[in-house]
Amino acid sequence: MVSEQDIWKYLEEVSDPEIPVLTIGDLGVIRTISLENELCTVVITPTYSGCPAMKVIEEDIISKLHEKGVPNVKVELTLSPAWTTDWITENGRAKLLEYGIAPPEDEVDKSVLFAAPTVVPCPKCGSRNTRMISQFGSTACKAHYQCNDCLEPYDYFKCLK
Amino acid sequence: METKEALFEYVLRIGDDSLILGHRVSEWCGHGPILEEDIALTNIALDLIGQATNLLDYAGQLEGKGRDGDALAFLRYDREYKNLLLVEQTNGDFGKTILRQFLFDAYRTLLLTRLSKSTDEQLSAIAVKSLKETKYHLKHSSEWVIRLGDGTEDSHSRIQSSLDALWKYTDEIFFANEVDALLEKEGIIPSMEGIKNEWTFFVSDIFAEAGLVIPTNNWKQEGGRTGRHTEHLGYLLAELQYMQRAYPDMKW
Repeated sequence: MVSEQDIWKYLEEVSDPEIPVLTIGDLGVIRTISLENELCTVVITPTYSGCPAMKVIEEDIISKLHEKGVPNVKVELTLSPAWTTDWITENGRAKLLEYGIAPPEDEVDKSVLFAAPTVVPCPKCGSRNTRMISQFGSTACKAHYQCNDCLEPYDYFKCLK
Repeated sequence: METKEALFEYVLRIGDDSLILGHRVSEWCGHGPILEEDIALTNIALDLIGQATNLLDYAGQLEGKGRDGDALAFLRYDREYKNLLLVEQTNGDFGKTILRQFLFDAYRTLLLTRLSKSTDEQLSAIAVKSLKETKYHLKHSSEWVIRLGDGTEDSHSRIQSSLDALWKYTDEIFFANEVDALLEKEGIIPSMEGIKNEWTFFVSDIFAEAGLVIPTNNWKQEGGRTGRHTEHLGYLLAELQYMQRAYPDMKW
C-alpha cells in the first residue's frame, strides 16, 4: 500500500520539461497529494497562465505513477493561491545556478517605469556587473541578461510575487 | 436575468478580449522588428492565450451546456464574440501594436486589480493570477509608448497617427449594461465609472510624457460587447478557426 509520502518521493523523478534540471517539486507546482479509495489525486498549479509545460507535466505525473504501480491517478489544476517564485526550493535555486540560469532575486515594484533593472549576478563568474538584454526570454518565466565582465549571455528566472 | 447567466456573459467578454488580442499579438511571431521584441510580443501573446483558456473554460462551466474553452474559442460565429473592437484591430506597425496594447493593458490592470477582490471565487483566482502577468505587460507597453512618442520624428508621427486611429475605440472599454448592473450589485465586478476615471488619468499622464496628443474628435465607435464587429474580426477568425472548421473535432 503506497502512502502520500511515497507519491511525493516518486514525483521527485518528474522534471520540468523546459528546465529539466528542476523537478516539479523544486519548482513548487505540486500543491497537494491525496489518496482515497485507491485513487491518487495530485493537485498542481501553473507558473504562468499560458505555460505550455503544464500539459506535459500532467502527462508525466500520470505515466511516472503508472510506472511505480499506482494505476488510478487524477491530476487537477488549481489557480489559487497563485504560484510565486518564493515556492522554488533552496535546492531548486542551487540547481538553477549550477545549470547556468540565474535564480530569482528580490525585486523592486515592477510598475515603476524605466526603473533600473534588477541586478542579477552572473551565474558563471558571479560578477554583479551585468545588464538586462530583454525583459522577456526563452520561456514565460525568464528574462535575458548578459555579463559585462565574462560576456556570458544567460537566462534569469524572473521574480514573480 | 439570473446571476449565473450574467456572469457567463461577462466572463465571455473578458475571455474574448484575451483570446482575440492574444491571437493578434501572436501574428508578430517571427516578424518582430528586433529579436528581443519578437520574443516579448510572443510571450505576451502566450500569457493572453493562457488567460483566455482560464476564462473561457470557466465561462463554459457557468453556461453548463457542455462547451469547454476550446468549443467557445473555435466554434462560434463572429456575432457571438463579445470582445472589444479595440483588440481586433490589425497590428499595423510596431507602434500601433504597442499603442493598442498600452490602451488595453492600462484598462486590464485596473480591472484585474479590482476583480482580485471579487466575491466570485473562481473569477478572483483567475484575476490574481492574470494580474501578475498583465502588470508586466503594462510596464513594457508604457515604456515603449514613451520611447516612441518621445523618440525620432518618424517614430513620433507614426505612433501619433496610431493614437488618432485607435482613440475612437476607447469609449467602448467602459461599456456597461444590465449584465454589469446585476453583477456589480452582488459585488462580483467593480463599477466601470471608477475604472474610467483612473484609466483616463493614467493614459493622459503617459501620453503627456510621450509628447502625444489625445485627439479632440469625440466621435466614438462601439459594438463589440453586443457582437457587432469591425470587418477585421472575420478575417482573424478565419485563421483562428481554420483547423477545427476544416477537420471537426481534430486533436493536436
